[in-house]
Parts: sequence; structure tokens; C-alpha cells
Amino acid sequence: MKQYLAFVKKEFRHILRDKRTLLILFGMPVAQILIFGFALNNEVENAGVAIYDMSGDYESVLLQNRLENSEQFFIERECQTTECIEEAFRQSKARIGIILPQNFGSDLLNGQKPEIKIVSDASDPNQAQVLTSYATAIILTHVKGRATIVQNAPIVSAIPRMIFNPELKSVYMFVPGVMGLILLLVGAMMTSLTIAREKELGTMELLLVSPLYSWHIIFGKVTPYWLLSFFNAMVIVTLGIIVFDMPMNGSAALLIGSCLLFSLTALALGIFISAKANSQMTAMFVSMMGLLLPTILLSGFVFPIENMPIVLQVVSNIIPAKWFIMIIKGLMIKGSGMTVIWKPVAVLVFITLLLGVAAIKSVKPRLNE
Amino acid sequence: MSDKVIIAKDLTRKFGNFVAVDAVSFEVSKGEIFGFLGANGAGKTTAMRMLCGLLAPTSGAASVAGFDIASQTEMVKKHIGYMSQKFSMYGDLTVKENFLFYGGVYGLKRKVILERLDMMLGLLQLREATNSLVDSLPLGWKQKLSFSLATLHQPGIIFLDEPTGGVDPIARRQFWDLIYEAANDGVTIFVTTHYMDEAEYCDRVSIMVDGKIEALDSPENLRKQFNAESMDAVFQELARGTSTK
Repeated sequence: MKQYLAFVKKEFRHILRDKRTLLILFGMPVAQILIFGFALNNEVENAGVAIYDMSGDYESVLLQNRLENSEQFFIERECQTTECIEEAFRQSKARIGIILPQNFGSDLLNGQKPEIKIVSDASDPNQAQVLTSYATAIILTHVKGRATIVQNAPIVSAIPRMIFNPELKSVYMFVPGVMGLILLLVGAMMTSLTIAREKELGTMELLLVSPLYSWHIIFGKVTPYWLLSFFNAMVIVTLGIIVFDMPMNGSAALLIGSCLLFSLTALALGIFISAKANSQMTAMFVSMMGLLLPTILLSGFVFPIENMPIVLQVVSNIIPAKWFIMIIKGLMIKGSGMTVIWKPVAVLVFITLLLGVAAIKSVKPRLNE
Repeated sequence: MSDKVIIAKDLTRKFGNFVAVDAVSFEVSKGEIFGFLGANGAGKTTAMRMLCGLLAPTSGAASVAGFDIASQTEMVKKHIGYMSQKFSMYGDLTVKENFLFYGGVYGLKRKVILERLDMMLGLLQLREATNSLVDSLPLGWKQKLSFSLATLHQPGIIFLDEPTGGVDPIARRQFWDLIYEAANDGVTIFVTTHYMDEAEYCDRVSIMVDGKIEALDSPENLRKQFNAESMDAVFQELARGTSTK
């Protein structure tokens, strides 16, 4: 136990002395969450609309007012041709174009279902999709409302309503993703780097000749990073809640538990990598290519898994971060309890156990070799 | 000097078909400075790694400090000190922190570690370096400190793997003074080296060629046996013998 404590103390000294590592450890989570939260959002706010109103009657003006008064849109220009809309897109002034047909108002009031065209600038497809659905929602609501009032006949109307994340805040998607990413990065990359460093410097030899058991070395290496990852996870959650008004609907204990669990997964991966990698360069490369990229691309962090080809959907199942993100989303946004999230939790436990065993096995022959 | 602290008997290690160490037998007495010579790839390091419990022998047996290297590895590790060819202190920690860590690894109390550190640095006249980062120290100092570190837990046997690589002759001479002092205190020194002048400082020298010990005696006897002026000539003789085989 004493030897283990001596080891942990030494590891903490390494971490605290190395300003660069410290910066990565504590700067990165904050920077990432702020970048993802503020810069890379899919939220719609004040998007310019180019409107081509062919009818110019009372009803069409009402609709335009409705759009103008929404938080999401403002009328950037009024066009008389479709080319004018394209021009607005090219100048990046407007991101969506709406074309109201002739006789819009009379058709609407006579129940003729006027055809409204919504054109969007799909050079950014994700953005375009979100904008279109917003515009559709606003227009439908308004039009149905008008039709009801004027005809004085209630019609059943379908009003799309986004639940759990009614404002479609993308930060809700990013917070769990960034948590997964950071935990993985700190856990796997840092651990594998520090073990590889000992090998490079030749200090590993000395550790192996010493009476330390392999568990001293493994757990001594892992403990500080486990604590740090956990601390980081809490920083991210706090930032998400305070800065981005992320809800925290589920149990905090479950959240903490799953963070601890996922950190373990990452650490096991780190040890596994370091057993194979003899230099810091290799360890870094493997962590980047083998862990970070698949996690960013396949975990559902950036790209929705449902939209992937079936092969990738199957592959995504072995990405631990996918399950972690599911758990965190369930906990924070939906307020799900254990009865709901037990499945991803079980999968994550299983993956962690598997990796843990593989990690310990991979270390042992190295110590005796 | 009847107390044999290292006994190797037909110690063999194979890597696939390659026989790195081929049925090596020797004994080292307590307090002896035992030089372990050989060209690169002759099997020195492999033999030494087996004696330190880092590598299991393919066949044969050896005991170090009275413990079997294959079955009592942990006991062997507790009783030996080791300084490797690569520099093996943490550069981003201070001298004191390095000592506290290794002392802790050997289960020493903080008070004991600090007392010994103070005494050893006093002898080396390096007290000023106590709180310096190891990276900031000159190589000669680092090597002396590494040696002190290897003796911190007062092991009966110290293994030195090419300890003086890259330092100037004066620093090497000073380093050997440390080795002599330790040997006078009854510590057994097992040292590999490339420097033939250092071989002259040893009580006995073994020369390994292609995994076998080709010669083993005091430097003086070896010179007589090979009718050579210096250890260098002895070594050349043996090494050349194999290359023309």
C-alpha cells in the first residue's frame, strides 16, 4: 500500500510539474465545450429569409409578419423573381427562400390548400434541414390557425413539437459527446503516453527491477488520471448546466457513477495501448487514429448513428463512447432512471470488463519477458 | 570471501532459435567487483536481466543473494540495486523527490530516506543539488546520483549496466571511487562495461563472446594467460578469435 502511495505521489508530481500536460488536462475540456457550445451550433437564430410573394394580399402579409416576429427568422429581402432568391443565397444574406403562390389568401380561405415553396441553401445540408423544418413548422401553425379562425371550423392540425430539447439546442448534443471525448482522451491517451514515456526514458527498467508488483505500477499510473478525468467530467457538466442551461433531470449519483465507469473504460484502453507502444509517438498516434477519430465519427457525437450505412451502424456498437453518450443523454436531458438506461450501462460494463482483462493480460508478459 | 552471493549454473536463454546466453556458469563472492565484459550483442545484458529477475532463463539456474532467480524473483528484487545504461532518474522531479519515490518503492520510511539522502549527498558534496530538477544537472552528477539511488535501500548486490557511458575520464574515475567505497563496505558490484581501463579496476573479469564466457579471472591473470600488455589486448584477442571462426 505504501509503495502504491509513493507511486501515486510521484505521478501527481509529474502531472503538476508539466505545464503543457496541465494545460491539456484542464484547458481542453473548457475550450472544447465552449467551442462546441458557441461556435458549432446548429441552432437557428435570425436566419435571413428572401420572400417572393406573388399574391401580395392580406393573408400573405400576415404570414410575413409572423415570420418576422419569430426568433428564428427575419425578412431579409422581398423578391420579385426566383433569381433574386438565388442571388440572396449567393451573397449569403439569406439562408432560406419562401415563395407564396398567386391567390394565396383566397385559396387559403377557400380551403384550396395553397402550395408554399420553401427553398433552402443546401451548401450546408444540416443547417438547411433544420431551417426548413423550422420554417415549415411556423408556416403550418400559422396557416392552420388562420384557416380555423376564418372558416370558423376547427380542423385537426399536426403541430410538430420537439420535446426534451424544444429549442433544438445543439449544446445538449455536444455536452455528452465532449464528456465522452475528454474522458477518453485523458484516460487513454495520457495513460498510454506516460507509460510509453517511462519506457523511452529507461525508468521503466528500474521500476521492473524494483520490488513493485505489476498492480502497483498499473494502479499507480491509473489512479491520478482517474481522479483527473472525473474532475474534468464534473467541470464539463457544470459548464453545460451553468453556461448553456443544460438540464439535469436525472440522478446525480447515476451520472457520477457512469462517469467513473467510462473513465475506467478509457484507462483500460490506455494500458492496452501502452503495452503495445514503446514510444510516446506511437502511443499518441494509436490514441488519435484508433480512438479519437472513431469516437468523433461513430459515437453519434457529431453524426447521427441512424443516418449511417448499416455496416457503420454495426461497427458503432463497439465504440464505448456511443453507450456512454446514450447514458448521459438519458440521464441529463430525459431524466431517465436505471430502469431505462440499464441496457447501455450493461453494455459499457461488459466492454470495460473485457478491456480490463485484455489490458492486464497484455501487461503481464511484458513484465516477465 | 567464501560467501557466494551470485551463483549461475548453466544459465541459458534462447530467443527463438537464437541462443543469447549459452550455458553460462560463474560465481561471485561478497564484496567483489565483478566485471562483465563483451562486445555488443554478446549476451551481457541478457545475462544481467536474468540475474535481476527481469527475464526468465530458458534452462539452467542461478541464485542471487541466496534466492532463486526463477522462483523467488520478488525476494531477489528486494535485495539488489540496479543502475541501467540508460539514465534512470526522473528528469522532471527534483533529486529529493526521486529519492523519496524510490525509497517509498522499497518501503523505506520518509525519515530514513531523508537521512540517507543527506548523508550520501554530503559524501558526494552535492548537497546543493537536493532541490534541483534532475534535468538541470550535469551528466557526471546525474550518474553519481543514480548510483546513490541504487544503494538507497542498502542492497547487498548492485548491478551496473554500462554505468559510465558518455562521461569524461575524470568523472569516470570519480564514479569508480564510489564503486570502491561501496565494495569496501561489503557490497558486491556486478558491472558491465565497454571501457577496458575500467576492466582493470575489477577484482575479476569475465569476457563473453557469442553467449559464452570465454575467459574468467583477475585482470592480472588474464593478461598473463593471453600474454597481453593490457585488458584491451586480451579483449581484442578473444573478439578477433571469434570473428575469424
